[in-house]
Amino acid sequence: MNTLAGIVRRVGWRLLSSVPALLSVVIITFVLMRVLPGDPAVFFASGPNAGEQEIAELRHRMGLDQPVPIQLLRYLGDVAQGNLGRSLTTGQSVVRDMRQRLPASLELTCTALVIALLLSVPLGVVAALRPGSPVDHAVRMLCTLGVCVPTFVSGLLLIYVFYYLLGWAPDPTARLDIFAATPLDITGFYLVDFALAGDWSGWWAAFTQLLLPACTMALFVLAPLARMTRASMLAVLGSDFIRTAHALGLPRRRIIVAYALRNALLPVLTITGIVFSTMLGANVLVEKVFSWPGVASYALDALLGSDYAPVQAFVLLMATIFVLVNVVIDILYGIADPRVSVE
Amino acid sequence: MSTAVAGRSSTTGHVLFVLRGNPLTAIAAVGIILAIGLAIFAPWIVPYNPVASDVPNALQPPSAAHWAGTDQLGRDIFSRLVAAARLDLFIAASAVSVSFVVGAAVGGFCGYRGGRLDRWVGRFVDVLMAFPLFVLAMALVAALGNRMENIIIATAIINLPFYTRFARAEVNVRRNLGWVEAARACGESHAAVVLRFLLPNVLPAMAVQISLNLGWAILNAAGLSFIGLGVQAPTPEWGIMVAEGARFITTGKWWLVAFPGLALMLTVLCFNLLGDGLRDILDPRMRT
Amino acid sequence: MTAPLLQIEDLHVSFSTRHGLVEALSGVDLSLDAGQTLGLVGESGSGKSVTSLAVMRLLDRAGRITGGRVLFRGRDITRAGNSDLRQLRGAAMSMIFQNPRAALNPIRTVQDQIVDVLRAHRRIGGREARSTALDLLRAVRIRDPEQRLSAYPGELSGGMCQRVMIAMAIACEPSLLIADEPTTGLDVTTQKVVMDLLAGLTTERGMAMVLITHDLGLAARYCGAIAVMERGLVVEQGETATLFRKARHPYTKRLIAASPTRNSTLADLAQGAPPPAAAAVRRPAGTGALLEVQHVVKTFSGVAAVDDVSFRLAPGGSLGLVGESGSGKTTLSRMICRLIDADRGDILFLGQSIGAVPAREFHRSPHRREIQIVFQDPNDSLNPRFAAFDCIAHPLRRLEGMRDGAALNDRVREAASRAGLPDDLLGRYPHQLSGGQKARVGIARAIAPRPKLLVLDEPTAALDVSIQAVILQLLDRLRREDDIALLFVSHDLNVVRMLCDQMVVLQQGRVVEAGDSRSVFEHPQAAYTCALLDAIPAFRSAGTPGPGGADRRMTCGAGSAVGRLSATPR
Repeated sequence: MNTLAGIVRRVGWRLLSSVPALLSVVIITFVLMRVLPGDPAVFFASGPNAGEQEIAELRHRMGLDQPVPIQLLRYLGDVAQGNLGRSLTTGQSVVRDMRQRLPASLELTCTALVIALLLSVPLGVVAALRPGSPVDHAVRMLCTLGVCVPTFVSGLLLIYVFYYLLGWAPDPTARLDIFAATPLDITGFYLVDFALAGDWSGWWAAFTQLLLPACTMALFVLAPLARMTRASMLAVLGSDFIRTAHALGLPRRRIIVAYALRNALLPVLTITGIVFSTMLGANVLVEKVFSWPGVASYALDALLGSDYAPVQAFVLLMATIFVLVNVVIDILYGIADPRVSVE
Repeated sequence: MSTAVAGRSSTTGHVLFVLRGNPLTAIAAVGIILAIGLAIFAPWIVPYNPVASDVPNALQPPSAAHWAGTDQLGRDIFSRLVAAARLDLFIAASAVSVSFVVGAAVGGFCGYRGGRLDRWVGRFVDVLMAFPLFVLAMALVAALGNRMENIIIATAIINLPFYTRFARAEVNVRRNLGWVEAARACGESHAAVVLRFLLPNVLPAMAVQISLNLGWAILNAAGLSFIGLGVQAPTPEWGIMVAEGARFITTGKWWLVAFPGLALMLTVLCFNLLGDGLRDILDPRMRT
Repeated sequence: MTAPLLQIEDLHVSFSTRHGLVEALSGVDLSLDAGQTLGLVGESGSGKSVTSLAVMRLLDRAGRITGGRVLFRGRDITRAGNSDLRQLRGAAMSMIFQNPRAALNPIRTVQDQIVDVLRAHRRIGGREARSTALDLLRAVRIRDPEQRLSAYPGELSGGMCQRVMIAMAIACEPSLLIADEPTTGLDVTTQKVVMDLLAGLTTERGMAMVLITHDLGLAARYCGAIAVMERGLVVEQGETATLFRKARHPYTKRLIAASPTRNSTLADLAQGAPPPAAAAVRRPAGTGALLEVQHVVKTFSGVAAVDDVSFRLAPGGSLGLVGESGSGKTTLSRMICRLIDADRGDILFLGQSIGAVPAREFHRSPHRREIQIVFQDPNDSLNPRFAAFDCIAHPLRRLEGMRDGAALNDRVREAASRAGLPDDLLGRYPHQLSGGQKARVGIARAIAPRPKLLVLDEPTAALDVSIQAVILQLLDRLRREDDIALLFVSHDLNVVRMLCDQMVVLQQGRVVEAGDSRSVFEHPQAAYTCALLDAIPAFRSAGTPGPGGADRRMTCGAGSAVGRLSATPR
């Protein structure tokens, strides 16, 4: 009960203290976007020969003729009402675009994170249990290589091997084959939606399509997770209370699982938060390689096209997700580590 | 003094001991020297002009004439790789030096002073580090303009939190040690204690960080040009080369991607291995 | 005669290091009967901990038993398989360690950890396990045991953690308990409570105990027999009384001499050293005070670390600041050294207010040279990048503006020789020096600029007793011969008594007692002082019969004071 109250208090405090950070993110991106080169009004005018008048009118309609502070205040007011503006490229409201694309990005990132965790934690534990052994060296080498290959290269090489050479993977574009039927839009997560509809062949198609980009991303974050697991497991195994457990004759399995692993996972949990936000950044590259229709590729196209609103919305979205992820990590940490709620 | 010599030779002995256990460090160091050599002497080494196109010879697989094949405009990929090493290493090195100097100064100062300012800076840095830094770099380059200086600035900024945090933590654990207080009892001012006593002691550990970060900075710069920000197309750059080759991967033209990818990977690998090796050399627990 | 419970025969243990195999034990012989308590005494590096870990077969990967036998109830443990060992550990022999907070799993409740031990050795139902755990907590006399069951180690004090640790160790009623420095890191008064508990439990349950300690007094007080170790060998073993009465081995004699007792003087501690004329000219305390601390207050985040403390120190005098952790003694010493600022109150040096100079400006003050400090842990009191010479030269260069040259050389060598540091060590870096040598460099650095006041922050706490004895004598000589006033900060009342004329006892930032060392020691007024005094383990050295325990000549209601103190959960 006490623990729960502690967690609630901490979460509340976290959310509250993230408000200024989020606000500054909004303001900073706004200002950054205003200094972007290129005049969107010129960019979006009817054609290269658009007259002065048309451009001026566009500027007025877009509010670009107002002084920057006024534009900012207006923008903040809009954000508060949940209106993030309109994309000039797609012509739709940014909120709508994002809503369509966010599940694609999240599905990819979360799958990748699950794959990475499922691989890295056992690898790290095995390596730590036998330090200096061939297994340990292999894991260390894998980790070192993992961080050295940029996602855009490993993604392309995976495509070459599994699509071109072996033919195992489907055409690496988009979330589903263009001619396949998309599932009923319930959550936006194809895997979930297909499963809910009971369409298992569709599920399989979506899954195979997802596997390659997810593995690309998982490969990239495998290293920090496995490294951290190994290091913290080693540290815990060398600690006094493990020696105590041995000295009192506890069974080996119990020592490794209930004593060592549970303690060793705490730092891994912390780094998982950092890894998740690294993955949000890496999304930009992976989505581009696999033509994945997620928010990151959307924002990138907008960025290259001087389209302010989607970029601002994207950065704000990243910041919000980042705050939420940290809150989740906080809650998990609070459950896993009694010391936190005591303080 | 004979004892001083003994001290130095025991350090050499320690380095040799670590190298024997981890010979990769030495290999990595050689690799880095090689890469720097290539970068410096690039114009005299390359067999072909890296930007001259030769359309009839486009998309040739690796051969004796073109070691790494040719790209869609018939340019020699090997020549482009060597020329790109110069640019990528320069970007990474300048970015990392900027962030190192600024980060060490800010972190060292805050870590020593402690108090509210330190807590704020610490929290800010933590937040910044957990934020998707690549997105931040993207936004910065887009805002500042597609120029090399701006890539350097963006890369420097996203590297900054690491150094600040590191210097801060290292100074923080030392600031209450006896020898730091002793220096003050010996008449040193706070500023002198930070600059002449604490930072030199922290420096070796930061060398590890520098080596690891150089690799990371290269990846970031390449990533930025891959998505079309930063260095622009005709210039040979590893990230751009991968981006250009990406179109041909589904038709099996692997060399357009594989060789620049390999160049990136090997360079980063060397920096990371060197960093790991340095850490082993400096780790006091490895000493007896 | 029945076979001993534990018999160690010619035990050899080696550690593989980068310099090849290093032998840690080279033929240890020991024996222990059921129900007996044995103190295993020795200085750091003597191999006493390695012996106990070898008996439990808990040596880490690098360590290996290379020869000899360990017979437990007649069975050779060195050949036992892993599952046999697991069944022995905890059930037949248990071990408790120093630093109890770290020895418990931080994220598991006390109950779960005790039950884990019970379940490891017998089949036991949930309810029965809980009630057994509760009984065990009662047995180790933890207050409110029901509530403590669901506590995590982080919520308990160090002393409580050690009690929980003891409860776990005795849970399956082992016949042998090995206690490896069980009270190191605990406060003096807590130490006594924990040791009394251990002694009580062993008698009550007929357990044999091996007490591993660097503190001869502790072993004498609680053990029937003592084995003395030096460099991987047991040099002497015998009944406690006999051992103290007629020690045979020279090392034992040295160790006994170096361990301070209630009535030993500095001269007693280092045998063979030239007696520094005890009756030497003790300068009459000057009329003006060298240092005057007036109503000093320092608060850290709302908690008063130092609360209205005042005292005076005469030129060439010596004053001891005594207290346990959290008493504010270290904060006070930092303020006097002008490394941090006081919140209120003033500090006068030779009649001038130095408290008014902000700490951050004090490095320019002419008094900077006159107040120097020696730090607690010799390991981190020296800049790892400075050779010993540069360390000692540093204050001369900074404070006296001396340039490299013959003059500087002479001054450094003079300071080094005053501190008993041989010339040939001056070129070495800290990692090439031993703990005692580092302590000497620290002292040489502090006396190099010829200060008038030397502040010593527990300068011997991290050192072995034999080195402590030498350092204490050195400090005393500096005071007599160079007329340096000493402000000695320590948790050890007995050491302060030997070194200092005056004594100020601090508790939670406040002065509880102050006055002449001898009278405070012999006629303590405050209950807290009595408790500190009572916690000093004592033994009679050569000539006087009977081991420790009997040596209690408290002059105030010590019993009740101790009772009160031990009842407060610390």
